[in-house]
Parts: sequence; C-alpha cells; structure tokens
Amino acid sequence: MQTPKTLVILALALSTTAFVAARANAEELTVISFGGAVQKAQEKAYYEPFSKETGIKIVAGEYNGEQAKIKAMVDTKNVTWDVVELESAELYRGCEEGLYEQLDFAKIGDTKNFVPKAVSECGIGTFVWSTVLAYDADKLTTRPASWQDFWDVRKFPGKRGLRKGAKFTLEIALLADGVKPADVYTVLGTKEGVERAFAKLDQIKPNLQWWEAGAQPPQMLAAGDLVMSSAYNGRIATAQKEGKNLKIVWSGSIYDADHWAIPTGTPKQALAYKFIAFASSPGPQKVYSSEIAYGPTNLKAVEALDPKRVADLPTAPKNLEGAVASNTQFWVEHGEELEQRFNAWAAK
Amino acid sequence: MSVAIEMDGGVPNLKARLRRAERLTKLKYIGLIIPLALFLLVTFLWPIGSLLYRAVANPEVIEALPRTTQALRGWDGETLPGDDVFDAFAGDLDGNRRSPVLAGAAKRLNMEEPGFRSVLINTARKLDRQPGQSAKDAILAVEPRWGDVSAWRLVARNGQLVTPFYILSALDLRITDDGAIVRAPDDQAIYVEILLRTLWMSVVVTALCMLLGYPLAYLLAQVSTGTGNLLMILVLLPFWTSVLVRVAAWIVLLQKEGPINKAMLALGLITEPLQLVFNRFGVYIAMVHILLPFVVLPLYAVMKSIKPAYVRAAISLGAPPFSAFWKIYFPLSLPGVGAGGLLVFILCMGYYITPALLGSPREQMASYFVAFYTNETINWGMAAALSAVLLSATMILYVIYARHFGPARANQITPR
Repeated sequence: MQTPKTLVILALALSTTAFVAARANAEELTVISFGGAVQKAQEKAYYEPFSKETGIKIVAGEYNGEQAKIKAMVDTKNVTWDVVELESAELYRGCEEGLYEQLDFAKIGDTKNFVPKAVSECGIGTFVWSTVLAYDADKLTTRPASWQDFWDVRKFPGKRGLRKGAKFTLEIALLADGVKPADVYTVLGTKEGVERAFAKLDQIKPNLQWWEAGAQPPQMLAAGDLVMSSAYNGRIATAQKEGKNLKIVWSGSIYDADHWAIPTGTPKQALAYKFIAFASSPGPQKVYSSEIAYGPTNLKAVEALDPKRVADLPTAPKNLEGAVASNTQFWVEHGEELEQRFNAWAAK
Repeated sequence: MSVAIEMDGGVPNLKARLRRAERLTKLKYIGLIIPLALFLLVTFLWPIGSLLYRAVANPEVIEALPRTTQALRGWDGETLPGDDVFDAFAGDLDGNRRSPVLAGAAKRLNMEEPGFRSVLINTARKLDRQPGQSAKDAILAVEPRWGDVSAWRLVARNGQLVTPFYILSALDLRITDDGAIVRAPDDQAIYVEILLRTLWMSVVVTALCMLLGYPLAYLLAQVSTGTGNLLMILVLLPFWTSVLVRVAAWIVLLQKEGPINKAMLALGLITEPLQLVFNRFGVYIAMVHILLPFVVLPLYAVMKSIKPAYVRAAISLGAPPFSAFWKIYFPLSLPGVGAGGLLVFILCMGYYITPALLGSPREQMASYFVAFYTNETINWGMAAALSAVLLSATMILYVIYARHFGPARANQITPR
C-alpha cells in the first residue's frame, strides 16, 4: 500500500511544480492562422524570428475561419487564443459584435506605411491573397484564359472545382456571364443579379466539385480529378515550387486581405501587440511574401521585394488588371442570406 | 395508519412491517439511482431544455432597444409611430452607439430583412441631433428607411422575448410583414427536403444493415462458441477503429484511381472508372459499414437466448425448415430486430461526419446544417431550431415504433 501512495503524492507534487513552472514561464503566445502552406510561411517569417528576438514562445494553431469558438471564448471570458488571422468579412462583423479589441495603432506602426485597405478598427491587414482560376498545364493542351472558358464544358470536358459557399462563387458566375469586374457587386446587390448568378451556375452544376480547404485544389488538379479549379493563388505558387506544372489565370481574380486581430479579453494583450507589430514590419513581411505568393500590406516590404517575386503576387499591377476587389460590406450584409440560398441550391 | 395496525392485532402488524421493510428497500433503490438521475439531469435534460429554449429565444432587440420596444407596445402598426417612439429610439441609440449589444440586434434584424444591419448601425453611428431638432427629423435625416412602417413592424415584431422565426424557418415557412405564415419561395426552401432526405437515407441504411446483419447474427448464434467468438472479434474489430480512419479508408478504396476501380478496369468489367465516392453510393457503403455492429450485437444477444429446442420441436412436428424458421425463430428474434433497427435508425438520423466527408451537397443530412449554423454563421437560434425539429421527428418515430413493435408488443409474440 505504501508505495502507490507515495507514488501518487510524488506525481501530484511533480505535476504541481510543472504547472507552477509553466505559469511562471508565461512567455507564451497562442497565434491561430489558416494552417497549411500559410502557416509554414508564417512560421518562417514571423514565429521563429519573433521567438528568437524576444524569447516568447509561439504556440501556433490553425482553423478554417469559423467564428463560433472565438465567440464562445469571449462570451465565457476564457480567452486562450491571443492573436488570430481573419478574412475581412469576419473581422468586420466580429469587430461590431465585440469579439475583437479595437486596436491602438500607436503600438503597431505608422498607418501611412500600409495599403489603405489593411487598416481598420479591429484589425491590421497582414497579406493580400487572391482567388484565381488554376489548371494543370501538363494535362490541358488548350489553355483556359477566363471564367468563360471555365464554363465551356465542351472545350474542356471534366469536373471543375469551386470553393463551397456563396462568397466568390457568385462573383465568379457573374464574371463568367460577362459582367464587368467593376460592376459585379452592383449587379449582385439586386434580386435579378442573384438570379442571374445562380442561373449561370446551373449551367455547369453537374460538372462542379466543391472544395473547402485551400490545400485541396492543387491536390485535385495534380491528381487529375479536376480539369480546372478556383484556388488561392499562394497555394498554387507553392505547388509550382514543388514541381507541379500548375498555371494561374489572373484575369477575373478576386482579391481580399487577411488580418491579424486580438480576441477581446485575452490576458496577453501586451504580448499580442508586440507580436502584431513585429509581424507587420517590413522585414518579416518581405520574408513571408518570399515564402508564399501573397502580397505584403506594408508598403516598405513591397519595395524591398525582388521584382521577379512581385510579379507573382496578387498586388502586382499586371495581375490586378481585370481583378475584382472583394466587397466586405456587401458580404457582411448579404452573407447569411446568400449562403442560405447557396445551400438550398447546392443541396438540390 | 399506525392506529389501524394496533387495532387489528398480529397479522396486519406483520403486513405493516413488511410494507415498512419494502419501503426501506425502495428508498435504498432510489438512493442508488439518484446519482444517475442527477447525472442525466445535468448532462442530458438540462442541455436539451436550454437547446429547445434557444430555438425560440429572442432577447437581442429588447436588450439593445429596451425603451423603443416598450414604446412600440402601444403602437397600432398601421401608421408611422409617434414622436414618443422616435424619442425612445434616439435615447436607446445614444446609450449604446458602438456596443456589441447593438450589433447583436442588427444581426438579428438582418436575418429577417437582409440589409437591415447597416440601417440600424448607420443610424446609431451617424445620428447627430441638432439643438431644437426633433428626434424624428434627426433619425429620418440619417436613414430614410425609418419613415417606412415596415421597418417599425420589424422592430415591433422582435419586441417579444420569444419568436417563432427560427422554428418556422427550419420548416421552410416565413412570417410576412402583416403576420401571416406563408411557405418560403422555392429557391430558398431547403429544410423540409433535408429532413425527408435524412429520414429516407436512415431508412435505407437501416434496411441494408438489417439485410446484412440478420444472416450474420444468425450465423454467429448457430456456430460453436470458439468459431463464434472469432467471428465476433471480426465484427467488433472495426468498432475499435476511429470513424474518421474508416471513412478515410473508404475514400482511398473508392476513389477514381482507387484499387476497386482499378481492379474492375483490369478485369474488363468496366471501361471507364466509376464514380463511387462523393455521392450517395459512397455514403451508404460507409454508413452501413460503420453501423453494422450496432444491429448485429442486439440481434446476436436475442438469438442466443432462443432455445434451439423450439425450432427442433417445430421440425419434429412436421414443419418444413423454412416455415419452422419463419413461424418460430423469426418472431422470437423480433425484439432484436426492433432494438437493432431502432438503434441504427436513430444513429443515422444524427449522422454528420460520414456524409460530410463522403457525400456531395446532395447527401448532406440535417446535422450538417446544424453544424453549419453553429460554426460558420454563429446563428445558434437556427441551429437549435433545426435540432429541435430533428429531435421531434425522431421522437415521433420512436413513439410509432413503441406502439407497434415496442417491447410490450414483442413480448406478446410467443410461440404457440
């Protein structure tokens, strides 16, 4: 009897010391991003150098942008995520609903150094990404040049991939139907415009395959499951670096920014600011954009980048021709309605 | 009571003592059950109760606009509200211009009228009352939408603590501006179809499980114990593997370049790879695979308890083997069929991960949409309403089952 009791006490004592030690050594920061290739680049550009410089350990996590967990944390005042990466619409909505702290930019950097879209009440843009048309050049002899070709089932037989959801899908449908990039959201704001987008999608519904995670399209394209697909440009560029002959059509691409934000009530706010300030400075942003083909938000980082690299980024002037800027306001207002409509349409 | 006992002497006294002893045992039983009862209450009934409440709860607008909703109580709903309402509204907005509470109300109203979010938020942010200007003029100057009766009807409708909105939406119904309940337009109606699909897929999976599981359980019950145990391990083996692993394994097996398609191509059975996954077929295969043990185990337990003597007696009395099985064995195994079928059916009704991974949007069942509203749009009212509808559908089916095939019924079926 004696031995187990001693053991239990010993184990208890040990775990308490470990716990206390972890407490005392509280220099840890939980940063949540979209994972995959994005996270790999963030590790190299932000997490590792930041830890080296400050001694603060970064606990890196990933998610797919779902806000439920953050809301639950903020509501129960038990916030364990200190910094999160967000898409624009979620940031905007979460900011209004009090999920994210209003940022004090004095602690981050001069707002003049950032592209205008990057600065908002609760977030600082960290990179610009784009949804593009991608295909495998080894498998297609004739090359698609636009979303019109995406719809041309006769010229390019086979399955096509789109991101599951209304956002971007409806814009793409309207672009394919001949709407000018500048008019996409005006048209989509009307009832007829929504009808038009869904009618256009109906034309290729049997040929569509939906994807959800950004890592899927390059895989499916390379495996030959898809003849072409919408995809995040950075993922395609990463696959190119791995030797896949995937190609990007920039015309008709839809670009948006991802942001850093601080969930309301995290006990490590000061550290969170420190991290965000570091990750928004030109040096690390330059490393990030060299690792993955997403555009920096810090203008000084753009200047410092290799011009050859800049040509791969969504922010390159050539790539912005015929591109659509994602309209956050539109999606904040119509997101729920259109997502529901999309679900109803897709489930039939 | 004690008086009666004393009066009647010896024998009733014994009765009373017996009763007391029984009462004591009963109390002991209750004492033993209490922890379980409490556990069920805390982990089961209370969460379900709060879930059901969430499906009708509507606190957002009242929290954000307490004075406005109060003032709107006396409004006729036909003409534009009077100055008192506008004053109350301006007062409410002054109190919480940038508060999350207001955003909550904006989100709630936006569900019923897309675009209303910015009407409310803009009014709150831009409202700037000049000295001498009435609240009405100031509000209308910022946002002319408030000059429309329908905007006020929307707010008034949500001035109640409970709303039928979520439940109605989960049944593809809408409430119009004047309070009538109408069917949702075809292009937005979805949940009734999803519910029917959930039921149908559950019926198919249950039937397939039964078709495969019944002969298997019969075999298990008939063979010697040694062989039986070995076969049982084979049945249980998948049980010890994570569902996700099994689903992933099916993707590998069934995909276009997968071994099954390749084998069939090599054998010349097909000339083009078949689409076996990301459709109904793949979902059925994986669900039947995962749920099969749930039908085999109860069937096996029941079949093991059927004495072989009954069937032998029937045969010795001249019944052909099939009719001995059908008239004697099968009715005796019905409780197992009922229990296994019900178990699988109810599990199917709430299935999520397999259709989500192996199906196309056309295979998604009700739980998928519960997850969608919980995680992605954070519309917990809608998630709760869909769960409530699913729960009621399951309960109704259970009651029907209990009436017709329940334990009480099954026990009546005895060999004649």
